Amino acid sequence: MHLDHTHDESAAVSADAHRADGTRRALRIGLGGPVGSGKTATVAALCRLLRDELSLAVVTNDIYTREDAEFLLREAVLPPERITAVETGACPHTAIRDDISANLEAVEDLEDEVGPLDLVLVESGGDNLTATFSRGLVDAQIFVIDVAGGDDIPRKGGPGVTTADLLVVNKTDLAPYVGSDLARMAADAKAQRAELPVVFQSLRSDEHVSAVAEWVREQLAAWAGAPAK
Amino acid sequence: MSRAALLVLADGRFPAGGHAHSGGAEAAVKAGRITGARSLEEFCRGRLHTTGAVSAALAGAAALGVDPVALDEAADARTPSVALRTAARKLGRQLLRAARVAWPSPELDALAARFPKGAHQPVVLGTAARAAGLGAEDAAHCAAYENVSGPATAVVRLLSLDPFEATAVLARLAPDMDKVARKAAEAARRARDEGPETLPAASAPLLEVGAEGHAGWDVRLFAS
Repeated sequence: MHLDHTHDESAAVSADAHRADGTRRALRIGLGGPVGSGKTATVAALCRLLRDELSLAVVTNDIYTREDAEFLLREAVLPPERITAVETGACPHTAIRDDISANLEAVEDLEDEVGPLDLVLVESGGDNLTATFSRGLVDAQIFVIDVAGGDDIPRKGGPGVTTADLLVVNKTDLAPYVGSDLARMAADAKAQRAELPVVFQSLRSDEHVSAVAEWVREQLAAWAGAPAK
Repeated sequence: MSRAALLVLADGRFPAGGHAHSGGAEAAVKAGRITGARSLEEFCRGRLHTTGAVSAALAGAAALGVDPVALDEAADARTPSVALRTAARKLGRQLLRAARVAWPSPELDALAARFPKGAHQPVVLGTAARAAGLGAEDAAHCAAYENVSGPATAVVRLLSLDPFEATAVLARLAPDMDKVARKAAEAARRARDEGPETLPAASAPLLEVGAEGHAGWDVRLFAS
């Protein structure tokens, strides 16, 4: 081959903890969950809360539009160059689990262009209860459901509810209006998830997204202190 | 050569980003040119004998070890649409990532270092085939097959087309794919001996025009 070597190193492959230039890459946290459960609103709230203490960026995976990315841009939660949309060909779960290459490229391009970054949030397109992120793409994942989607979702389980590193039950302010039993949801979630954490939140309350942000800070501290993969 | 390695590389589940691309089918569906199995077959046959033949020859040449930088230039020259050039490089970058894990090789590493944002997908495909111990005709078969399997799968999602009918379209195109791959392998050997400028340059203007329009849509299911 007659390739001239302009780079001594070649690009990282997937979950490698280090970037091609030897620096440690950003922590990647995935947010998945059904359509309308509040993934984008949670991402927006996290960005507003964390943007002054961390260097962060967001990758969205819309199903057929750029609406999630555009919402974040319109809300100006981050400068536009820190938000990238990935197109998923009508299969949002494929892009975060079975074929993660487009998302990996989006994450790496963000690190190249606006880095160094501490944290990249990867938001999946709204999907079903079986959608989970590959460990080749993210280091930890949050599954977001809401009380209006039915209070039997924690009982039904599925890989998202059962295995996500953090389960967020969103829109608790709506519980009285949709007849959802929060205590039952908490008990069912505990039964499905054993010791894995669950956060109940309403983005309309004073506590807002603070519990999720605290969990994110813990993940970051663990990532910073962990030996390289 | 390993026949099984060819199956791994040609598998639609090979994680190289193809699932998000329709190969021009989304634009053709919107324009009313694909409405069912029959028109899907016509679309695929046209695509196979134009861009498919070019992609297969490029992949075959890369599998023979022809300079990938020269082949990438040849691919650029044969792809007038900016949107299609962008899509081809994106897919090339994604394929390279998967191939480097599947068949680690210094040639794939060198390709990644030379093209950090991606080389044209058929060039990567041929280099990956080479790393997998496959030959020019294998790489050409792979390129020809995915040239039509991509649109067929996309149309199942876009039109809710019966998946059995879509698969039957691919089965009926199999003899054409064999023919295209054989000719592409010949073209690849000629490119090795006489230079990449001898590679075929068939084009499908409607695909180019459709891709440019599609890239500007606000709402779409597929990236291309």
